[in-house]
Amino acid sequence: MTAIAEFAPRARHRFLFDRAEVLGPLFIAPAILYVFALVALPFFLAIYYSISAFTIFDPSYRFVGAKNFLDVMQSDVFRRTLANTFIFTIGAQIIGLLLGKFAAMLLMKEFPGRGLARALVVLPWAVPVSLATLAWQWMFDSLYSVINWTLIAVGLVDAAHPPQWLGQQDLAMIAVTVVHAWRLFPFGVVIFIAGFTSVPKDILDAATVDGAGFWRRNYQIILPIIMPIVVIGLIFGTVFTFTDLSVVYLLTRGGPINATQVLGSLGFQVGILSGDVAHGAVICLFLFPFLLLVVIFMLRALRRREI
Amino acid sequence: MRLARKLIGEGSFFAAVFVLVTFAAFPFYWMLLTTFKTDGDLYNLKSNPYWFNAAPTLEHIKYLFEETLFVQWIFNTALIGVCVVLITLVVALPAGYSLARMPGRTAESLGIGIFLTYLVPPTLLFLPLSRVVSLLGLQDSLWSLVLVYPTFTIPFCTWLFMGFFKSVPREIEEAAIVDGCTVMGAFVKTVLPLSVPGILTVVIFAFTLTMQEFVYALTFISSSDEKPVTLGVATDLIRGDIFYWGELMGAALIASVPVAIAYNLFLDRFIAGITGGAVKG
Repeated sequence: MTAIAEFAPRARHRFLFDRAEVLGPLFIAPAILYVFALVALPFFLAIYYSISAFTIFDPSYRFVGAKNFLDVMQSDVFRRTLANTFIFTIGAQIIGLLLGKFAAMLLMKEFPGRGLARALVVLPWAVPVSLATLAWQWMFDSLYSVINWTLIAVGLVDAAHPPQWLGQQDLAMIAVTVVHAWRLFPFGVVIFIAGFTSVPKDILDAATVDGAGFWRRNYQIILPIIMPIVVIGLIFGTVFTFTDLSVVYLLTRGGPINATQVLGSLGFQVGILSGDVAHGAVICLFLFPFLLLVVIFMLRALRRREI
Repeated sequence: MRLARKLIGEGSFFAAVFVLVTFAAFPFYWMLLTTFKTDGDLYNLKSNPYWFNAAPTLEHIKYLFEETLFVQWIFNTALIGVCVVLITLVVALPAGYSLARMPGRTAESLGIGIFLTYLVPPTLLFLPLSRVVSLLGLQDSLWSLVLVYPTFTIPFCTWLFMGFFKSVPREIEEAAIVDGCTVMGAFVKTVLPLSVPGILTVVIFAFTLTMQEFVYALTFISSSDEKPVTLGVATDLIRGDIFYWGELMGAALIASVPVAIAYNLFLDRFIAGITGGAVKG
């Protein structure tokens, strides 16, 4: 009896730490609270701003309904921005995916220096975006561009009128898209490599024995097997591109004359630099329907994985 | 004939590899070259830009360390990184364990829900968060980044931890509980020591994700001495309209190297985390 009495306090302490049904929620609560406080609440705050006349100069709340949305949708700059965002996203995805698949197929082979080649190919994805973009800005320099120097040396371009990569509307859009594709394609490479290595060798051997050639093996056997992983990679890539503002902001600030403006950079310019929080919030909220679609796709992809 | 065809095949293969590697790595070669070139060599249209035309110089690096806030920015980045990693571990570790061991579909839905918040981009949240940050009096302070960065490290790392803990057999904890441990004790004494590699991976990733972020830093911080290195280099080494390319590229190079190495070492685990085992081996 005395022994039991002695252990009583410890038993109570054990009681709490022994109940999985208490510990489970206790363990996960901080994560949920953090995400709720700093992701969910700010999101609702953005909606709140979008239907008000809130600016940093006049931070009082005045309900204006859908006026901000109408303002934004009627502006030419915004329409151009929306179109740019899609061109930017689709262009970078296509280049990134094609290059990624091609590079992954090359890197699947054994050859001397493969490890080094893979490490170098991954660099654009690994290095912080602002620093890598600076290098491109220097390569696109209006006077000392190495790209122009090379083009002139080869004789493709007239030395008197070298292309202004970041100063001409059409070229700037191409430059921004290519830089983002450059950043994205290593991600495609690793995704495809992960996919390729997961294809069982015996299936390929069986197909080869049955007479399947290169294209048939690639598109009727390998592709369907690696599809789930490619879809997830594509979803991530699309989200990163569609919502990116770093590359555009650093290279062109959205210019010349808004020619490269995307939703993110326009939202930044209006909401932060000009201080018009309400209209900035509206512009950024235009990302949301797109993200919602992506989430639905993502859920389906994840569910397919379970089966 | 056969030999010739083989040689052509090999040749075009290596040519393709060379072109790809050049496309990926050229900007970094360019950084390296620019860092060590003299100004006279850099700003000269006549000389071949692909190699040194004058003896290499350390003048840009010296300027960077002595005349700019570069060292301060690196220190800021390290401080932010360490704090964010600690917060992430404290929050994500138990959450991942809880999700891995919780029975039923609730845990799965919760897990996917947390993972999806990783898809919520800074672009959607920087405006309201900048208001939150200024309400908290953290405007222009690197602590605002310490507060906000866990919003993307926690979801991703919780998901990574969930995967690790699922791979630890439940029998080990059960044995410890039979031997007299509490549930908590079993977690601390048996599961944690087994997941050291997982914890290490999370530390590296939380740190690199923090280092790569740009949008929040750009939005919240405008005082030079509070900036992390990625922001400071991109905004403060340019005076007026003049770009000091030698210093800029040197700074970019020095700040990139550690991240690039860390990323390469842990790349496979990162991909496994993102795809969540989308392909069964």
